[in-house]
Amino acid sequence: MNSGEDRKPTGVRPSLFLERQGYRRRRLMDAARLLPILGAALVAIPLLWPSQGAPEGGVPLSSAILYIFTCWALLIVISLIFGFAARRMAGSDNSEAETDRWPH
Amino acid sequence: MATLNVLILVCLGYVVLLFGVAFAADRMAAAGRGAWLRSPLIYTLSLSIYCTAWTFYGAVGNAARSGLEFVTIYLGPTLVMLSWWWGLRKLVRVGRTQRVTSIADLISSRYGKSNTLAICVTILAVLGGTPYIALQLQSITLSFSIFAEADPSGLYREGSSVFWVAAGLAVFAILFGTRNLDANERHHGVVTAIALESVVKLFALLAVGIFVVWGVAGGVGPIMDRIDASEIGQWNVDAGRWTTFIFLSAAAFICLPRMFQVMVVENADEGHLRTAAWAFPLYLLLMSLFVVPIAVVGLDLMPEGSNPDLFVLTVPLSQGNDWLAMLSFIGGFSSATSMVIVTAMALSTMVSNHLVMPIWLSTQEGSGSVSGDVRNVVLLARRVSIAVIMALGYYYYRLSGGGAALASIGLVAFAGISQILPALVGGLFWRGATRTGALVGLTVGFVLWIYTLLLPGMGGAIMPDSVLQNGLFGWGWLRPRALFGIEGMDPMVHSVMWSLALNTAAFCVTSLLSFPSPLERLQGAQFVNVFDHSVSPAGWTGSVAQSEDLMIMTQRILGSGPAQEFFQHEAEAQGGRSSLPEPTPGFLERLERELSGSVGAATAHAMIGQIVGGSSVSVEDLLAVADESAELLEYSSQLEVKSAELSRTARQLQEANTKLTQISEQKDGFLSQVSHELRTPMTSIRAFSEIMRDTDGLSAEEQTRYAAIIHDEALRLTRLLDDLLDLSVLESGRVNLNMGGDTLSSILDRAVSSALAGSHPKLKVRRSRPSERIPLHTDLDRLGQVFINLISNAQKYCDADEPVLTISAHDVGGQIVIDFADNGSGIPPDAQSMVFEKFARVGGDKAGGAGLGLAICREIMQRLGGEISYLPGQGGAAFRVRLPMAHRQAAQ
Repeated sequence: MNSGEDRKPTGVRPSLFLERQGYRRRRLMDAARLLPILGAALVAIPLLWPSQGAPEGGVPLSSAILYIFTCWALLIVISLIFGFAARRMAGSDNSEAETDRWPH
Repeated sequence: MATLNVLILVCLGYVVLLFGVAFAADRMAAAGRGAWLRSPLIYTLSLSIYCTAWTFYGAVGNAARSGLEFVTIYLGPTLVMLSWWWGLRKLVRVGRTQRVTSIADLISSRYGKSNTLAICVTILAVLGGTPYIALQLQSITLSFSIFAEADPSGLYREGSSVFWVAAGLAVFAILFGTRNLDANERHHGVVTAIALESVVKLFALLAVGIFVVWGVAGGVGPIMDRIDASEIGQWNVDAGRWTTFIFLSAAAFICLPRMFQVMVVENADEGHLRTAAWAFPLYLLLMSLFVVPIAVVGLDLMPEGSNPDLFVLTVPLSQGNDWLAMLSFIGGFSSATSMVIVTAMALSTMVSNHLVMPIWLSTQEGSGSVSGDVRNVVLLARRVSIAVIMALGYYYYRLSGGGAALASIGLVAFAGISQILPALVGGLFWRGATRTGALVGLTVGFVLWIYTLLLPGMGGAIMPDSVLQNGLFGWGWLRPRALFGIEGMDPMVHSVMWSLALNTAAFCVTSLLSFPSPLERLQGAQFVNVFDHSVSPAGWTGSVAQSEDLMIMTQRILGSGPAQEFFQHEAEAQGGRSSLPEPTPGFLERLERELSGSVGAATAHAMIGQIVGGSSVSVEDLLAVADESAELLEYSSQLEVKSAELSRTARQLQEANTKLTQISEQKDGFLSQVSHELRTPMTSIRAFSEIMRDTDGLSAEEQTRYAAIIHDEALRLTRLLDDLLDLSVLESGRVNLNMGGDTLSSILDRAVSSALAGSHPKLKVRRSRPSERIPLHTDLDRLGQVFINLISNAQKYCDADEPVLTISAHDVGGQIVIDFADNGSGIPPDAQSMVFEKFARVGGDKAGGAGLGLAICREIMQRLGGEISYLPGQGGAAFRVRLPMAHRQAAQ
């Protein structure tokens, strides 16, 4: 990672390397983008479970409930953390417009 | 036991409370107070209209039948909310920048403000929404009937109660949903009431859940045991249904008109999404937390055959907990009412903007400006639409008989409304998506949805069994539940898969093949790159005179106060002195957007178009202008070419002029040269003839000598005149060439012998005869003349002790080259360029030539199509004669 001195103003896409804060912010956005994929993967896991009537016996409903609700809560917590982090970043940046120009 | 009367009283009290809250919220918002009305919390809570009575009651029923499958309906929206950063945020931003009033408006706006698309989406939404409203009415009625069964007075009549519920909801929606015309403004009253209702329903469900877990089952451990021991105690969810329902609910969450209304249209601040991203999934989690426990306890406690959809009510009732049952009833009532109100609002906006207004506008066509109070027309259209939609829901309920057929309608409606998804997502993320593609995709999906899901679900009256068994027209591959012969799938999964897959495929392929209109392309760029630039395409120009008409029209739509304020603001922004702003494209664009907040993008576009009319600059016009400027560019480049040509001609003229001047100088020089050349012999002739005339006693010898001098000079004069004549004939091009054929060798033979005749000392000529055997077809005499001149020049000027002339012939690059090189000292470099000029003589007058020989040679060679040049660097004087090969070939 590069320090601020290495930044070179080159127009719209400011520079190849960002200072630490900008770098963190972008990785945060990456995390935000990955979150739904994580969620989809987690809710897809029950597809692998043996269903009722399988020879080795199905998954008890209580375990299923425990699994799904735990995952759900986990996703909510991550989303909450991300929400707060995004707000703090936007606040420290104090320009909403700039946050919008992050590459997508 | 709570009597029905108490229940009705509570209901009415609750409705009055809602009215009060909505009214107070509207008042507060109007007064500018109540910032909390625009808080993320209210936004999140308003999103919970996703949880209708169908989910409030139906989730437990679903869990009682098929275990955890119900949770899919909540997981889909959770995933959507988690992806807010790149999904919903864009949707909300687009909705806000384009001042979108409904999902139909969004689709229409994206695809070039096409009203056709808006109508399609509206019809789809109404078709999907009406049964859904009926479902809510059913749930209210059912919950009423539970209490009615327990009430001995028996005053309850199902039909009339449904009617009054529907009428009451319509009144509420009309009162608070159509207060202000600008559908893009926040409906603070309704939204706050919905937020309150969502708190109530969550509280109710949690209360029942807590009662069931800790009051009936005795804690978390025991309830878990009970769950495992129950008939749904094992994981038993079909993989296809699990995936499909998660996807379907996610799609519906975005596409449902009521969700779009609260999520995009009512959104006050994009930042609210940040909170909603975790708070709404949390709400959903809490809503579903106690569903399975309630279902399991209900299955245990309630008698065989009781409706599991109503466990939320009947379980507390059976335990004698009337007040909890009452709370639960209020919860269900809340779910139903909030959903119905928002749906009615959203649908009415769509119907009035995309169906009524275009028809009304078309009847007003030609009147120049819009007559009548548009404001009232739109409001009336919206109110009537709400009433009509509620009436449709009511009649649908009555027709379907309120039976179990309705229960499945929730997912059917989801599947129907999800057909918008490809066009929506494509429109937001793919610039290549076109109107035609969206239209074709929607139609394909819509038709398949009706054919494979809606009609088969309605029973034998509408779709005969024969069609269901054998397919349409008896074609087996058209069986509604086994399209293309793929059997054994769950009907729901089957329908969703085929309709959405073919919808998406048709959308993509048609988009790829079709070409979008300019407006579509501009809108597409605006939607897809909404974060890069949030400007709308400029489309209008107008004259000042039209500002007044625009003002009148705007007043009729926005109301006089806001309209005047808007115009005043615009005028100030333009810095003008008048109170009316200039109808600049920027102003018209903002005005269009302002109006589209009230009547939808397509209608606003059409209305401004009607007024600005003839001088409206459509994008097509702009493109035509662009074409014109392209033409101008082309014209100017043509001009450039011409001017370049002109300057080239001028340069040529200049060159010609210079040449002419030179030639004129040459001519003068030539004349003076000629007179000089003529004068020298003439002087000596005159002088000697005078001597002979005037001097007496000249000896015969002297006389002979003087006469000889005079004769020689006369000869020289004659030769000079001959040469001059020859040169002038050659230069003027009037020379006749006597073409003949011979070999180079014999021409050279003749030239050498005639040039060297009688010369002394004899010049030695070295030749290589084999290479000279080249047949020629040319003017032999003239060529010979050139050769003679060159040979005699060598003889005259070669200053070597033993003068040798080497004549060699080669074939170089298709030309015959004959070199004449002597072994003398050659021509000094500064004179080399002059040797072919007239009267140019090298080394004084010693040979007595007139200096015209080489000039004549050059002229002859030019006539013969060849050239003669001096060949430097050969040791002595060397001349090269080139003849084109064509002469040789012609000879062959």
